[in-house]
Amino acid sequence: MDRHPITTGYYTMVRKEFIRIVRIWAQTLLPPIITTALYFAIFGTFIGSQVAKIHGVSYIEFIVPGLVMMAIITSSYTNTVSTFYFAKWQHTIDELFASPMPDWVVIAGFVTGGVMRGVLVGILVIGVSLFFTHLLIYNMFVLIAAAVLTSVLFSCAGLVNAIFAKTFDAINIVTTFVLTPLTYLGGVFYSINQLPPIFRTLSLANPILYMVNAFRYGFLGISDVSLGLSFGVIIGLIIILLVASILLFKRGTKLKN
Amino acid sequence: MAPDPTVPALEIVNLKKKYAGTKKNPGTDALKGVSLTVPQGEFFAFLGPNGAGKTSLISIVAGLAVKSSGEVRVHGISIDEHADHAKAFIGLVPQEMNFNIFEKVINIVLDQAGYYGISRAEAMPQAEKVLKDLSLWEKRNEAAQALSGGMKRRLLIARALVHKPRVLLLDEPTAGVDVELRRGMWDFLRELNESGTTIILTTHYLEEAEQLCRRVAIINQGEIIKEGTVKELLTSLSSVTLLVDTKEPVLLSNMELLRGYPITKIDETTLEVKLEHNQPANDIFRKLSSIGINIMNVRNSGSRLEEVFVSLVEKK
Repeated sequence: MDRHPITTGYYTMVRKEFIRIVRIWAQTLLPPIITTALYFAIFGTFIGSQVAKIHGVSYIEFIVPGLVMMAIITSSYTNTVSTFYFAKWQHTIDELFASPMPDWVVIAGFVTGGVMRGVLVGILVIGVSLFFTHLLIYNMFVLIAAAVLTSVLFSCAGLVNAIFAKTFDAINIVTTFVLTPLTYLGGVFYSINQLPPIFRTLSLANPILYMVNAFRYGFLGISDVSLGLSFGVIIGLIIILLVASILLFKRGTKLKN
Repeated sequence: MAPDPTVPALEIVNLKKKYAGTKKNPGTDALKGVSLTVPQGEFFAFLGPNGAGKTSLISIVAGLAVKSSGEVRVHGISIDEHADHAKAFIGLVPQEMNFNIFEKVINIVLDQAGYYGISRAEAMPQAEKVLKDLSLWEKRNEAAQALSGGMKRRLLIARALVHKPRVLLLDEPTAGVDVELRRGMWDFLRELNESGTTIILTTHYLEEAEQLCRRVAIINQGEIIKEGTVKELLTSLSSVTLLVDTKEPVLLSNMELLRGYPITKIDETTLEVKLEHNQPANDIFRKLSSIGINIMNVRNSGSRLEEVFVSLVEKK
C-alpha cells in the first residue's frame, strides 16, 4: 500500500469534519442563519428604515457585510474550539497524535474544518440577506480573501483556546466575554467615524474592526480603515496564532502530558 | 523495503519523564532512566503495579506524551528526528476507549487508516479482514456506542491493526474483560505474534504475561527492577507454593504425622506445600500417600510470576 500521511491524512480529517458539519446541520448551520435573519429583519428593515444613510448607503446595506462577518467569525471559532476540545476531552485526539501525520497537518485539518463551517455559514447568510435587501459586489477578490482569512484566523484562535481549556465553561467564557463584545464593538452596526474621537481611537485596537471593514469594502467599496492595514492585521494575527499552535503541539503543552 | 531483522523493534536509552508539579504538589518522576531493547518478533510485557510508569512509557513511544530526556528508536528510527516515520511502524491499543462513540465501527477503522496515509478504498480489504478476525464485521455499520464492552476493546485492536503495524503496543489490553474474552484475545495476539508482529504490552495481570510473553520487564516506581525471559524470572524464585486438593478431609492426626514437612492445612481438603528452589516434590507426595491421603489435584497457589513480582517489589 502506498502511504501518504500528509495528503491522505489531511483529506481524511477534512472529509470527516465536512460530513459531521452537514450531518448535524441543525446545530452547525441553522442557528446563525436564524439569528442573522432576525438581525436583518429588526435592525435592517424595522429600525434601519428610520436610520440615516451611512457612507451614502442604506443602513441595511451597511450592516449586511458586518452581520455576515459576525456569523463567519462565530461559526469558525465555535467549530474549532468545540471539535478540538471535545476530541481532547474524549481522548480521540490521541488517534491523531499517535499517527504519522506531522503536527502541522493535524492543525491544518482542524483549522480547515472551522473555515469550511465559517464559509458555508457565510454563503447561507448572504443568501438569506437577499430576502431583505439587494447586494452589490464591489470587489470579489477582497470579499473572498477577507472571509477566508478571517475564518482561518478565528479557527486558529479557537484551536489555541481549546488547547488551554480545562472545562467546557472555559470555551464558553471566551466566546461570551471576549468574542461577542469585540464583534459588537467592531463596527458591525456603525461606522467608527460616527464615534467621539476617544472611542474611535479605542475601536482601532479591536482587531475585528479590520475584518468587518475589509469585508464591507468587498461589498460596498467603503471602509473606515485602510484595506492594506486590515489585511496586514489579519495576516499578522494568523501568523502569530499558527506559530503559537505549532509550538504548543510540539511542546505538548496541555496536550501530551 | 524489507526490514533489517538485526535492528531492534524498540530501543529505549535512559528514558526519563517528569510530570510538572504545582505549588502544592511536587512533580512526579514517572520514569527515572529506563533503558531497554526489544528485538523484532518479540512478545514482550511491562509488568508493574498501578502508577509504576508503564503507561507513561507506552505513551512516549506512541507519541502521546513528551519525554523529559533520553532516546527512543522504533525500528532504528529516532522519535525525535523522524517521529512521523517511527510512528508509522506502530499500532497502539490504549487502555481507555478513545474513539468517537457516535461514529460507525467501519468509519473508525477506515479513518484510522487515513491518518496513516492509506485511502479508504485501499484500506477496505484490511479493514474487512481485521473486523472479521475480531468478530466485528457484522457490527460494522453500527455506532460504536452500541457495542458491548468486549466489542469496544476488540474495536481498539482492529483499529490499531488496519495499517498493518510492525509493532503493536497494548496498554492493559484485557483490563476489566471477562475470562472468556481474555482467552480469546490471548489466542488472537499469539497468532498475530507468530505472523511476525512484535507485540509489547503492559499489564498488571501476571498470569497474562506468563501465558503470552517470552520476555518481561518488571517496572516499579519508574525503574526497571528486573528484565529477562519468563523462564529466567521463574527460576529466580527461591520457593514455590503448591496447593494440594485431597479426596477426603485431612485429619489432625494426619497433620501430626506430617510434622517437619513444609505443609500447612488451608481448609478441610486443601494443603499448602512450600518447596524450596529445586527441591523435588516426590518425597512429600510419597509421604502424603503413605499416610492414606489421596491427592486429587495439585496447582500453583497463584501465578508463579506473581511470586517473583511480589518478592522483587518488596525488596525494592
